[in-house]
Amino acid sequence: MIYFSKWKIALILAVCLAGFVFAAPNLLSRQQADQLPDWYQPVNLGLDLQGGSHLLLEVDVQAVLQEQLNSLVEAVRNDMRQNRIRYADLGVVGTSVQLRLLDQAQFEEARNSLRRLDSDVEVQVRDNGLAVLTYTEQAQTVRRNAVVNQSIEIVRRRIDELGTREPTIQRQGEDRILVQLPGVSEPERVKELLGRTAVLSFHLVDHSTSVEEALRGRVPPGSMLLPSIEQDMSGQPAHYVVRRRVELSGDLLVDSQPAFQDNRPVVSFRFNTQGARRFGDLTQQNVNRQLAIVLDNQVISAPSIREPILGGSGVITGRFSVQEANDLALLLRAGALPAPLVVLEERTVGPDLGADSIRAGQIATVLGLVLVLAFMLVAYGTLGVFANIALLVNLALLLGALSLLGATLTLPGIAGIVLTLGMAVDANVLIFERIREEMRNGRSLINAVDAGFKRAIVTILDSNLTTLVAAILLFQFGSGPVRGFAVTLAIGLVTSMFTAVWVTRLLMSTWLRYSKPKSLPV
Amino acid sequence: MALLKYMPQKFNFDFIGKRMIAFLVTAVIMVGSVAALAVNGLNFGIDFRGGLLLEVRTEGPANLAQMRQSLGGLGLGEVALQGIGTNGDEVMIRVQRQEGGEEAQLAALQQVRQALGDDVQIRRTEVVGPKVGAELVRDGTLAIALSILAIAAYVWFRFEWQFGVGALVATFHDVIATFGFFALTGMEFNLTTVAAILTIAGYSINDTVVSYDRVRENLRKYKSMPLLDLLNLSANETLSRTLLTGVTTLLAVVALFFFGGDVLRGFSAAMIFGVVIGTFSSIYVAMPILVYFNLRHSDSGEGEEEEESEKAKSEERAAG
Repeated sequence: MIYFSKWKIALILAVCLAGFVFAAPNLLSRQQADQLPDWYQPVNLGLDLQGGSHLLLEVDVQAVLQEQLNSLVEAVRNDMRQNRIRYADLGVVGTSVQLRLLDQAQFEEARNSLRRLDSDVEVQVRDNGLAVLTYTEQAQTVRRNAVVNQSIEIVRRRIDELGTREPTIQRQGEDRILVQLPGVSEPERVKELLGRTAVLSFHLVDHSTSVEEALRGRVPPGSMLLPSIEQDMSGQPAHYVVRRRVELSGDLLVDSQPAFQDNRPVVSFRFNTQGARRFGDLTQQNVNRQLAIVLDNQVISAPSIREPILGGSGVITGRFSVQEANDLALLLRAGALPAPLVVLEERTVGPDLGADSIRAGQIATVLGLVLVLAFMLVAYGTLGVFANIALLVNLALLLGALSLLGATLTLPGIAGIVLTLGMAVDANVLIFERIREEMRNGRSLINAVDAGFKRAIVTILDSNLTTLVAAILLFQFGSGPVRGFAVTLAIGLVTSMFTAVWVTRLLMSTWLRYSKPKSLPV
Repeated sequence: MALLKYMPQKFNFDFIGKRMIAFLVTAVIMVGSVAALAVNGLNFGIDFRGGLLLEVRTEGPANLAQMRQSLGGLGLGEVALQGIGTNGDEVMIRVQRQEGGEEAQLAALQQVRQALGDDVQIRRTEVVGPKVGAELVRDGTLAIALSILAIAAYVWFRFEWQFGVGALVATFHDVIATFGFFALTGMEFNLTTVAAILTIAGYSINDTVVSYDRVRENLRKYKSMPLLDLLNLSANETLSRTLLTGVTTLLAVVALFFFGGDVLRGFSAAMIFGVVIGTFSSIYVAMPILVYFNLRHSDSGEGEEEEESEKAKSEERAAG
């Protein structure tokens, strides 16, 4: 077992060499590394090391499903009315729409009619006249996926507009979005931009009643009372009574830019062809009426239509600061979120703390390495030198593998490296102790080395695989930086098995062959 | 060099004979840990409890009293400040989880930022809402429980069921003791602590497996040796390796403890404790527990032949 075929030697050396080659970029500065090709890069640094912001967002899919149920209620109401079916108690109950049919003779007719409403809706009419409408599981999943995917798209657009360097935006689980923004140390603005759904709509102002009347709770049917971002004279937010009907919505916009009008910041917008036509019609038919521009259920402004606007573009005036005009234009350009987003978790590390952590990690790694190397040398002498060479190769392989795999190195990941350094020599210790034992039992050196390796390998495998089990579970259930630890620990276990078994063995067989020692130096 | 020359060639400690003392120590550790957990509880970090954490640096020495006053006046509930680092200008601020959902946490962060003012440099912020906190608790618990079970299952699969039980007990012991360590010291228990516990479990099982491996081998080798002596022999034979590996691992984590920075201090403290307790448990818990299992009964005679033929083969090769 201590004799190697040529190709085996070549393979071992090639793996070691590859380790050093792929670990090498980690010694370069950032600028130098940027010159290298994509596949030959230093290890990715986690946000806790390079500084940046980690946001875990949740898409409020429930809100969308709820809205969907609300519109189903309206559809049912219309349908029943059209077919002159008598019913009562129509409303949303949990995740379904329910109503009670009053006339037994109409049950069958109602069932058929309700079934035609939407193919995604399951209709049940019970004997007592209770009709239950639910969206199928499949339809809900499709809807959920659509909402989450669209949200991701909008989040990406908004963040791209901010010009963040290399953001990571990915779906996590069913309805979550993980946003990682390297180099962002104050994510306040990002959160502000992501915190708005930015649904823009144009409504006609309802002049048939006064705001005072509406505030007392008498809102005409088909209209609604909305707060304004502007304040009235008493400092309270002003209100408008507007028609519920959406005349035009923001999804027809193709562009939006901040601009100035009369030295005040405004937001200009441009509709697509369809939007332009509708905007033209709308303004033509409603000259001298007020058009309310509503963003997220707040009236931004409600200018009077002075003349038909046929070009499909216009400006939104309001009490904006320059920053607010910029943000609004950005939001309108990027589009509306289909559902509100909630920030579940935020972790931000400033760049200089990250740099401090890297430095601390480097010092700890080097010191840990030196201590272990020194200990092995002192304890084992010549054998210790072999173990130490294997340990250095191990470190190179570990770094090389992390770089090649594009793994992310976090601060706990550095802890994993340091820990690996301490634990990696275990395999060598096992082998050496076994060899010493075999020699005590009267075997010749070569014999003892051979037996030592062979016996120890089983133990090494068993003991390392159990630790690997823990590392894999940690990866599975850990999050963020802790996952980085699991990755380095797992890779470290694999590389240390390789180096302890193959590299040390190669070193020892070479040593046995060329210096022909009679006894073990320990 | 090669100081190992001066280490005795063979140890002959009566580990297993003294098992009653070992069990007593173990019982004290277990009872103490559970008591500490019951009395002190764990000092959960915001990962699990939810809330805010800010690490800030002030210009010049930090005035903790003043900071405490301005932040305490915000009505955010419990606000804990702690000076960290060596220059006296770094402060860790922890704010309890706010009532209300995720938005309430972010609003509180905004308030804290404003109260701190512009002179204070914010180096790190963490905000964990109630939902994520609860999930992290669940995932952490699941990870620890599953890893103990998986480790035991692996040992059962590779050895015999008795070894699996021994490994389960030893790992459980280490995990409880580490919990107790955190309850007793009041050190913050967070996500990296869970990582530390899993690593401790992995490390300890590593040790245990090495000893068990030797027991298995000796069971085949010495068919008639009394179990007690055999376990003692196995523990002594693997002792030098257990200690050497313990020392190198300790060297590495001690370096981490002193130089790895504040974020990793809790982790490395746990690891230092874990290496010691893991070494203890593989000698004094995992081994003596095997006395109570009828190991020979389930062991078949195949081992002997295998052993012999292997020996012959290797001798052949070495000679040729």
